[in-house]
Parts: sequence; C-alpha cells; structure tokens
Amino acid sequence: HLATSLPLPSERDHLRPRIDLIVFMIDIKSKYSLQNVEASLAHVDANFFLGKVCFLVTGVGRVNYCSVETNAIWKLGEVYCSPVLFCELELEGIRVATAQRLLRMLQICAGHIPGVSALSFGTLMRNSADD
Amino acid sequence: MDETVAEYIRRTVLKIPRDEIKTMLQKWGFLSETQLQTVNFHQIKENISQDVVQLCEENSADIKQAAVLDIIYNHIYPNKRVWSVYQMNKTGEETEFFDLTEFKKKFKRRLRSALKNVTINFREYEDNAIWIRIAWGTPYTKPNQYKTSYVVYHSQTPYVFISASVLKSNLPLLCQALVVASNYRDIREMELRSHSLNSLKDIVFKRYSQNFQTYNPRPLQERNVAPESADLRIIQENRNEKERIQRVNQKVFGDGPQPKIEFAQYKLETMFKSDPKMDVLDKKEPFRCLVKFSSPHLLESLKSLAPAGMADAPLSPLLTCIPQKARNYFKIREKKGFFPGSFVSP
Repeated sequence: HLATSLPLPSERDHLRPRIDLIVFMIDIKSKYSLQNVEASLAHVDANFFLGKVCFLVTGVGRVNYCSVETNAIWKLGEVYCSPVLFCELELEGIRVATAQRLLRMLQICAGHIPGVSALSFGTLMRNSADD
Repeated sequence: MDETVAEYIRRTVLKIPRDEIKTMLQKWGFLSETQLQTVNFHQIKENISQDVVQLCEENSADIKQAAVLDIIYNHIYPNKRVWSVYQMNKTGEETEFFDLTEFKKKFKRRLRSALKNVTINFREYEDNAIWIRIAWGTPYTKPNQYKTSYVVYHSQTPYVFISASVLKSNLPLLCQALVVASNYRDIREMELRSHSLNSLKDIVFKRYSQNFQTYNPRPLQERNVAPESADLRIIQENRNEKERIQRVNQKVFGDGPQPKIEFAQYKLETMFKSDPKMDVLDKKEPFRCLVKFSSPHLLESLKSLAPAGMADAPLSPLLTCIPQKARNYFKIREKKGFFPGSFVSP
C-alpha cells in the first residue's frame, strides 16, 4: 500500500489487511518530505515502533542536492527506535537490493521467519549501525 | 569591400551551426545558387566562413546586406537574446490604416535626427511581424555592428518586443522613435522578460491554453488518471488526493504546454514578521528582500511541483498568475489598511 501521508483515509479501513511494516520514505533532496514524515509519525500507534517501522532515505546518490541533514535523520531513527536505510532509487542495482532487504524485513515482521522476531531484528539492525 | 564588413560577415557565419549555414545563406539570397555550389559546406566552419567572405567580396557586399544576414540569424535563433515587452497606448481614437512605408520613414527620420551614426534595417515576416535591427554609434564614432538592438513589432497590436544591447542609454530614443512612427501616444515597459520570444508572444497575445470556466459541478467520471503501474498488488491509498491535485493543477495551468520563461522575481518590501520573543528587528521598517525563481522552463516546473509531491496544491497565486498578468517581475508591498497582508503593486 502506498500513501503520501498519514493518517490513512478512513473510507478504505475495511479493505485493508493487517499492517506488518511501515516504511517511511524521506527524499534527502526535499525538506518538505522530512516534514511530512515527521507529521505522519504522530499518527502511528506506539506498538509499531517495536521493530515494525523503518526509515528509508532516498536520493543519496546526488550529493549536491541534499537538503536534509543526515544528523536530523539519525536523530529521527534514535528517537523512534527504528532502523534507517539509505538508498538511491535511480540506480537499478541498488533499487533491487534495497527491495530485497525490505522484503526480508517484511517477512520477519509478518512472523514468517521462525526464531526471529521483529523486535529482535530491529535491535540487531540498530546495534550494527552504531559500529 | 570594407574590412569591417568582411569581418562582420565572417563572424556572423561562424555563429551559425554548420548544418544550417547553406539554408541560411539561401534565405539571405545575396549569393547566387551557382556561387553557393562552389562552397564545400562539409569542411570546418573556419574555412566555410572564409569562402563565404570571398564570395561576398566578389559581389561587393556592404553593411546593409551584412545586416540582413544578421537579422535572419536572429530571427531563427531569437532565444539567444533576452527580450522585454513594451506596450504602447493610443489616444483612444480611430484606428488608422497602418502604412509600412510611412512607419519606416518616420522611424528612420526620428532616430537619425537625434543620432546620425546608426545603421537601421527592416525585414517583414508573414505573421505581420516587423523586425528592426539597429546598430548604435555615438555622435563621434561609426555604428558598432556588434552592439545591436532588435525590435519586433506586430503592427496589428500595441506590443513591441525589444532586445536591447548593453547600451541602455539609447533605449529612450528607441522608444520615442517607435511611438512617433506608429502614431501612438506613449510606451511603457511591462514587467515581462524572457529568452523565448515566442513564449512572450504567446503570453501577451493570449495564445497559450488558458483555463476556461466550464460549468461542471462534479468531475467527469470517465476521466481516468492513467494507472501508474499495472500491478494490482500496489494499492494507492491516497488516490482521491492525487486526483484532486490533478484537477486543481489542470484548473490552474490548463492542458497545453506552458509559455517558456526562465525567471520570476519578487521584490519584497514587507515588514518582517517574527516571533515577538525573538526581537530581531525592533525598528518597524520594511525588510527588503529579493526572491528569485529560476529554471530552464519555470512554468512547467511549477506545474509539476504538486503532482511530484514537492508542494501543496493549489500553489500560491503569486506564482500561478504569471501568464494571466503577463508579468514575471513583481513588487510586493505591505497592504495598508485593516487587514495585514501583502498586496501586489501594478
């Protein structure tokens, strides 16, 4: 499901399946994008932040056009206890690799991987990022 | 043939892209077809220009003919210059029959009476456009052929498009000559400038696709926003919002291509409104600030902002009013009265 902001329109509530993972996409070239994500975070139930939320920062390939500070994004990840991924959608290889990572995360969050919970995986991702 | 004329022709030919040189020389018509056959248009431009100058030498070209070639070049590549738009006002009486010969005569006479050293050339085109090329000199020096102004006048309209050279001091004289020659009363500069002459014409002649109010209380159901992907597993949660943005955009910008302008400039003379605790400016005077938007194609990029998710729809009317108001340079002052806000000066 793709949405441009939260909360989701209520008229489709009955058609929506259970949500296992929320990926917030931030375009590093647009401050507007970060503001939008920050505003939408307020509408997310606290339970999601136990490993079912992830931040995906796009557009990192174009270094000259960065509008959003990476510090602000790291801080966001810390405050909301969620991992931050960086990618560049314009390059097919990175796009495919990122999709595969997200898919893997989704499998874990949906409980399809025995022995690994969303919370344990989220903690693992955050700890490895600190190195 | 004069050395300066030869050099001028050589430089003009060098400006033309190699594949276009032959066609442009044919349009010029100064060299015969047989003469053109003798030139190898596949060699490097440096050599082509030398050959052309040689042929012009045989035909004894003078500055008037060279100037015509320059007009032809600028007519085909007007976007290399910056054009401003001027509007003339009549006294409001009967519309007189436009006499081209009278116009040219009066224009030349008026200009020459003030400044003897000018080269003036006219060329008419099918769309009723009169192109005037003026090379400026001073009372003591001959006209500098590299410092030229161009005027495009559509005789059926009160609009004149001027591409002045660096010599801005000659502008009042030029305007005066235009007014006198065309039997108008005065002329004023509009706040509209761009590289694209055709787009400026589109804006003032209202040739771009405008939004016409149609009575349609509900959007037509058949209008299908093309699905972004055929994959049915992707569900767009905010389809309604996306469609609203498309509708608003279409209402504001219309369906067709936008006129091409490169800048929009807003000169703000408004008060700085800050948090009272910040206390940045205790003096209550206007905070002077200049905001400039630039883009290879400003209006198209404004049109794509909301659909790309980079701005809210509808956009500020200060941005979207550009074609309707036929201006891209604005001065915004404080609105005096009970309601704080800003107001756009005429």
